Amino acid sequence: MSDKLIYMDNSATSPVDPRVLETMLPYFNEEFGNASTLYRLGVEAKKAVDKARKQVAELINADVDEITFTSGGSESDNMVIKGVALKEIQKATEDNPRNHIITTTIEHPAVLETCKFLEKFGFEVTYLPVDESGIINLDDLKAAIKESTILITIMHSNNEIGSIQPTKEIGEIARENKVLFHSDAVQSAGKIPVDVKEQNIDLLSISGHKINGPKGVGAVYIKKGVRLEVLIHGGGQEKGLRSGTENVPGIVGLGKAAEIANQELEERMKHNQEIRDALIEKVTNTIKDSYVNGSLENRLPNNVHFRFSGIEGESLILRLDDKGINGATGSACSTHDLKGSHVLAAIGVKPALSHGSLRLSIGPENSIDDVDYIVESISEVVNYLRNLSPLWDNKTDTYIGDLFEKDVDEEDLDRY
Amino acid sequence: MEEYSDKVKDHYRNPRNTGVIENPSGEGTVGNPVCGDIMTIYINVDENEVLTDVKFSTFGCGAAIATSSMITEMAVGMTVDEAYNITRNDVAEELDGLPPIKLHCSNLAADALQAAIDNYRYKKENGEI
Repeated sequence: MSDKLIYMDNSATSPVDPRVLETMLPYFNEEFGNASTLYRLGVEAKKAVDKARKQVAELINADVDEITFTSGGSESDNMVIKGVALKEIQKATEDNPRNHIITTTIEHPAVLETCKFLEKFGFEVTYLPVDESGIINLDDLKAAIKESTILITIMHSNNEIGSIQPTKEIGEIARENKVLFHSDAVQSAGKIPVDVKEQNIDLLSISGHKINGPKGVGAVYIKKGVRLEVLIHGGGQEKGLRSGTENVPGIVGLGKAAEIANQELEERMKHNQEIRDALIEKVTNTIKDSYVNGSLENRLPNNVHFRFSGIEGESLILRLDDKGINGATGSACSTHDLKGSHVLAAIGVKPALSHGSLRLSIGPENSIDDVDYIVESISEVVNYLRNLSPLWDNKTDTYIGDLFEKDVDEEDLDRY
Repeated sequence: MEEYSDKVKDHYRNPRNTGVIENPSGEGTVGNPVCGDIMTIYINVDENEVLTDVKFSTFGCGAAIATSSMITEMAVGMTVDEAYNITRNDVAEELDGLPPIKLHCSNLAADALQAAIDNYRYKKENGEI
């Protein structure tokens, strides 16, 4: 066990920045008013929410009244996809069912599961494939659009392998075809420039806790003029788009986190990429049969995703935890079923190899000085686990897993 | 995620009886790398049908490593027939339980031990040992 704590799982969640926490605290028990009330406390709460709305708008170059607060990225995705679907299907005619949605195979479950849910109600969904870098082909997108297409929902960048989609071009295609374009930017906002105007985005989801803000708060950008059917009914908060008393401390925290991320964007990108590139160079040079999943081009500067043949990700994560290093894996054990990462499968990584993956996602608090310790630790753990693994031949120091692979009965997998 | 018991943690941190037995009395492999778990168990059996040495080699999660390690400790000193009767549940109980999702997918050690014993019995019947 180690006393160290090197947290490198910032794409899962991130620590609240002390400046953010300090800004939030008064709104719990001093300025605790309900933003809908008329007296001073309520007015102050309303002012705080409006300030946060401006801070979030500035991060993505939106107008203030285009921002709606939600409980997080998943709610934002649900609100947009279901809201557009329910709005548009009301315009269905005999010739045009207005029920077709285009997405990709590598979306976050908040998008994929929402699309699957809509399929149960007669919506039709096209799941675009991606290449080995995790990027869609624009010609595939053009070919998938038809009369009945109402929405394209394609993530800004991927949460596992960090691939960045050509959002601007996707948006152009969407506009030419008069189809709405939603992008899940939960991993991009505060990590790379996100500009809804320049990138032709109509709807966009962001989350507080991925950018050193609090959990339980997010936002959605809805371009002026775009109409959604409302999912959460009640007292009419957020212009009736999302009822429920505003989570004022959370919203204030998201606003502050967005402001800081915006101010420090360039500096953070440089910091993250420096650490990422050092990790890639040292790991791939030190550890035999280690690879980077996805491409180094069009990739988030804070994401690196390794693959080590012959070992399994959960045991890698647990042993690294004992050394004070926190990362993520795409192994079956992390996905609550036995299928492993759908993203790694989509970019063509064989299942037996996808289990041995390690995602490190860098944040502002990480230091380049920790890189050597991290690489040494990974190397030690990988060697230990290979020594234990029947898929690694210790005499010849090579991967022999192909000899053991068997076909998998899909029904067997679904049982778990 | 659900936490492992202290005993599971102890076994995946410090697995017992790891490695390969050269020319074992029997060996058995179960699992599939595609699903993320595969293990081989090696056994040596003496003239009284008692397991004198059990070793394992496992590719898999913490639970897969811990169950492999656990069963090697349980089986040494047992007769072949006794060891054959160790169930997946016995292993999980000996480890003070496993998270529900791991009970099926990563709890293959009893199957691997049985496969190794099957291999030993086959070799014996065919006069290989």
